[in-house]
Formats: sequence, structure tokens, C-alpha cells
Amino acid sequence: MSLINSVPEMVLTTKVDAFLNWTRKSSLWYMLFGLACCAIEMMQTGGPRADLDRFGMAPRATPRVSDLMIVAGTLTLKMALRTKVLYEQMPDPKYVLSMGSCASCGGLFQLAYSVCDGVDKIIPVDVYVPGCPPRPEALTEGLLLLQEKMMQEKWLVRSSTPATA
Amino acid sequence: MDTQAIQRKLEAAFGGVVGPVASGRVESWIEVDPDRIDEVAAMLAGDADTRFECLSNLSGVDYPAHGHIQVVYNLISYTHGHELTLKVNADRDSPEVKTLSGVWAAANWLEREVFDLLGVNFVGHPDLRRILLPDDWVGNPLRKDYVEAPDYHGISTIRESMLRIDLPVKD
Repeated sequence: MSLINSVPEMVLTTKVDAFLNWTRKSSLWYMLFGLACCAIEMMQTGGPRADLDRFGMAPRATPRVSDLMIVAGTLTLKMALRTKVLYEQMPDPKYVLSMGSCASCGGLFQLAYSVCDGVDKIIPVDVYVPGCPPRPEALTEGLLLLQEKMMQEKWLVRSSTPATA
Repeated sequence: MDTQAIQRKLEAAFGGVVGPVASGRVESWIEVDPDRIDEVAAMLAGDADTRFECLSNLSGVDYPAHGHIQVVYNLISYTHGHELTLKVNADRDSPEVKTLSGVWAAANWLEREVFDLLGVNFVGHPDLRRILLPDDWVGNPLRKDYVEAPDYHGISTIRESMLRIDLPVKD
């Protein structure tokens, strides 16, 4: 008689990795990081209509307790240095979502002297959401994609490359 | 008062410091000596006939062909409902203009912006620092001959864009 057949029916069995990943993806706290007009759509996504709360996501005002940084808006070179510091202040495992054209590639302002064309020049990015700005539906899909990625993480397997990008 | 009347009033008080009324396509303006602009502004703000309470805008323009940087002041009087544009031409190599921050408090940050982007030194300004760009920025980006640094703190500013168009430098 195997172990699985011996436990009561009310007990769920799972893998440790899957359980850890499920807990993490189900309480994804994102740092408020609105840099430009994309922030308005991000607020809209957190509001009652798109309602990120149903995925267990909650906005945080500090990087110290955040799991995810949603870079929403035009990244200037002045802000880029601060962005890197804030990213380093986030505890592992951490993720970055680049929201909108400006954060992904500089967008309309990519040729401006003060603009950093793409947040991936500074920090690693997990999901890019295109749009100018992306609608709340697009951001929601990006976050669901990120959750899918989080479910693929292998925390208990030793590997030469780090689990997070 | 219209611009002509204000110009006559200023000329009576300051003489050659104030130029004649110049007309553009949209508006007319008065050119003023950069070393005496603070006195002219103080009179325009304080005099009962002009009473310009509001400095609605202060901007700068680079004219490399003429060798000067122009600072433009847009004034509004709430009392009389009239407007005025003043222009000042400063030498491009070492632009120096008297500050107006003692006349209108709004001039403080606006002058810092012109200092930041065009490098105009506002003589007598209480706090002349960069306001938009980082403190360690090199150069003044709105100058027409500005060349971008290849990187900023290790962040490359080489932009691999298909959109790049190199426009000729025009006056």
C-alpha cells in the first residue's frame, strides 16, 4: 500500500516546488512604481473593475516587502539609478514587469537626451507588456503570464544558473 | 497700456537700455539690456500704470548663428489685463543675465530651468542649481551644439533606434 493511498481523502498531495510556487504566485505584492501615464492604467488595474486583488496581488509602497516591480512609465536616466537601487532593495525572489512602450524601449521618447531607452538596460525584466499605455486587460494578462512563469520555478533543484533571471 | 505705450514709458525711464518695439508674426516684444533687466522688471511690476504682477513664463532660446542665447519673459497684469513680452540677448559663450527672482518669486525655478538646459548664468540668483537634470550632468542639452555623452553612470546612451533622423542645425 502506497503512502498516497494511506492518507485520508481530505489531504491534498503536491510537490514542494509546486506548493512553494503556488503560495508565491498567489500573494504577489507589487511595488507602486508609476513613472508616467502608465501609472494611471496601473491604478485602474488595481481598482475594482480589473481588480488585481482576486489574484492575491496588493500594492506596496516599499521595495522591502515587494515581490514584483511594475515599471510603469518613461524611465529617465536620473530615475534609472534610483530604479536600480530600489530593485536591489527588493528581497529575492523578485520579478520585474516592464509596462508600456516607454519602459520596454523608450517609446516615443527614446531619442531624448534624458531618457533611458528600456528598463532592461538596468535590471532584468521578466515580462514585457506592450501598449501606450497598455489597457488594464493587457496588464492583467502580463501578470497572469508572470504567474505562469513563477509556477515553473525550481527552488529545490541545484542548478548552475540562478532560478530567477 | 499697449506695448508701444509701455515702451515709451520704459524709454523715458531707462533710455538706451530698452530697445524699440519689435514685431513678430504673433506678438510684439521689447528687447532689454541683460545687465539692467532686473531694474526694468522691478519698475514694470511696481508702477501703477503697468502693474505686472505675474511672470507667466520665462524661457530660453539658443541662436548659434547670431552668437547669443535669448531669454524670453512673458508678463501679465491682472490689474490692467494687459500682457508684455520682454527679450534679452546674452552672449553665447558666457551668457549672464540679471536674476528676476527678487521681483517675481516664480522666476526662481524658471531661471534654474534655463540655467539647467541652456547654461545661462543668472547673476544674483539665490540658489542656481540644476532643477531637472541630475546634479552631475555634463553639458546643456538644449544648446544646438550639444553632444550627448556616450554613457551616464554606466548606462549606455547609444540608442539603437530606427527613428533616428539627424536634422541639420538651423538658426
